[in-house]
Amino acid sequence: MKTAATKRMRRQKRNAVFGNIYAVLIYSIFYIPVAIMIAFSFNDAPRNYAWQGFTTKWYGELFSFSNHALWESLAYSVAIALISTLISVTIGVLGGIGLKKFEFRCKKFINMMLYVPIVVPEIVLAVAMLIIFMTIGIHLGMWTIIIGHCTFCIPYAVVTIKGRISGDNETLQEASMDLGANRTQTFWRVTVPSIMPGIMSAAFLSFTLSIDDVVMSNMLAGASKSTLPVLILSVNRTGVTPDINALTTLMVALMVLGMLVLNLIQAWQKKKVQRQIAEAERRISSAK
Amino acid sequence: MTTIAIAKKKKPHSRLPLLAQAGPVSVWMILFVTIPMLFIIYISFMTRGTFGGVEYDATIESYKTLMDVTYFQVIVKSLKVALVTTVSCLILGYPFAYYIARKPADVASKLIMLLMIPFWTNSLMRLNAWMLLFQTNGPVNNTLMRWGWINSPIKFIYTDGLVLLGLITNMLPFAVLPMYASIEKLQKSLLEASADLGATPMHTFLHVTLPLTFPGIFSAVILTFIPALGTYTVTDMLGGGKVLYIGNIIKNQFGVIRNWPLGAALSVLLLVITALLIFLYTRFAKIDELEVL
Repeated sequence: MKTAATKRMRRQKRNAVFGNIYAVLIYSIFYIPVAIMIAFSFNDAPRNYAWQGFTTKWYGELFSFSNHALWESLAYSVAIALISTLISVTIGVLGGIGLKKFEFRCKKFINMMLYVPIVVPEIVLAVAMLIIFMTIGIHLGMWTIIIGHCTFCIPYAVVTIKGRISGDNETLQEASMDLGANRTQTFWRVTVPSIMPGIMSAAFLSFTLSIDDVVMSNMLAGASKSTLPVLILSVNRTGVTPDINALTTLMVALMVLGMLVLNLIQAWQKKKVQRQIAEAERRISSAK
Repeated sequence: MTTIAIAKKKKPHSRLPLLAQAGPVSVWMILFVTIPMLFIIYISFMTRGTFGGVEYDATIESYKTLMDVTYFQVIVKSLKVALVTTVSCLILGYPFAYYIARKPADVASKLIMLLMIPFWTNSLMRLNAWMLLFQTNGPVNNTLMRWGWINSPIKFIYTDGLVLLGLITNMLPFAVLPMYASIEKLQKSLLEASADLGATPMHTFLHVTLPLTFPGIFSAVILTFIPALGTYTVTDMLGGGKVLYIGNIIKNQFGVIRNWPLGAALSVLLLVITALLIFLYTRFAKIDELEVL
């Protein structure tokens, strides 16, 4: 029977090796385009066609602010993403709590509606909104794009927040009210802090969905300015310019950095809480 | 529940918190999801205006147009491409999801993070990168020629093949995440029990692992098939406007061609396909809510 055991171990080892190789292959599918995108931001050619040699001049050009169109579209994208995130997270937090806590007549229907923007192709939603806006005569522009973005960000925000609310939450709220806090105080001092991680990830998700969106931003833009993704889509025919690669490279670097800082802050807070607990325990034991 | 009971005693306006919390989301969803969806179905049965727009005469002309050879071919082709994308994502994604799910929790969360980071880059720029890689005098063609595998460059760009590559690489994480969630929940003891009872690894996989992770697989199908069916950015970027799918045709009806009822009818078709898949999901996966992310 020893041979069977060794056989199994050998097989497990072989499977582990295969697994690792496979994972590296899959990850490379995801990282190759990113690497190429970054590489071409250092390409010494006016358009993205062939590799012509290394240069950093596109970054210099980017920061000489001579390329107003690019910065303008980025500012437009960021403004839209920030406003959409603010609206989506506000409605998402309230909605997530409300839909978890209360029972009301059309709750099932609203829950169903929340899944529509997640599963239905974005183009369908965009076209449906476009028809409504045009029929009513709403002027297409920044605010119609924001409405479009919020419509697909809110469901994700609600789902994220709902996932964060646990049974403890209810107990904490009851305790807070029993101790004399009113509803508003309870909401700001108990409910919101307890679901803060959920709020943060909902905000992060909304921002990334909004800033990368093409379909809504394209369909609901009207004759107004274009967001950065829409600009990229429109210059694709003539060839993307390397300054766009430089800009998108900086953006992803910034996001990775932001995520690292966020993780560090969270780890630091966790340590702080642990220290406080340890401190409290020491006091209790010394009081005994 | 007790909170509500106490609140009822305290204040006569006990519905206020309900309205304040569930109100905004309900109003938003009805205004910007329900009404537009109903309106687009209504418009699909209207007549095309002479100068674009809509004339409010009921007709099924748009749906008849969909049956025309040209449109019908596009619909069939889009369905085919979406199907190939979905199957590829499942085949590529399942072992990968399994690999991550079998790692310890802290490693797994890092691996998931590693999966998400590339998706913070602009999706169009990632598609552009594939185009750079596969263009006529690009690295792939050059390498193949240097190795003597081909004599003249292969034309990859503006083909269905490259569109497929773009779709698969864009959709794969959305297939991996729900399958990962499903596999991670799977109890290891069940697999051990199956092995102890004499099942081969293959048998265990087919009769224990696969059925138990079916909800995740079906979520993956929905999250890849439907977006792949409705896309127009991938085809625009990699197909150069020469490869037309349903998404492109819908978009064109609201741009230069201005045939709103036809665009609406195509959108309704996508809606029906989506509804059908969701129905099957709730029916066979026996789950009330989708496991999204």
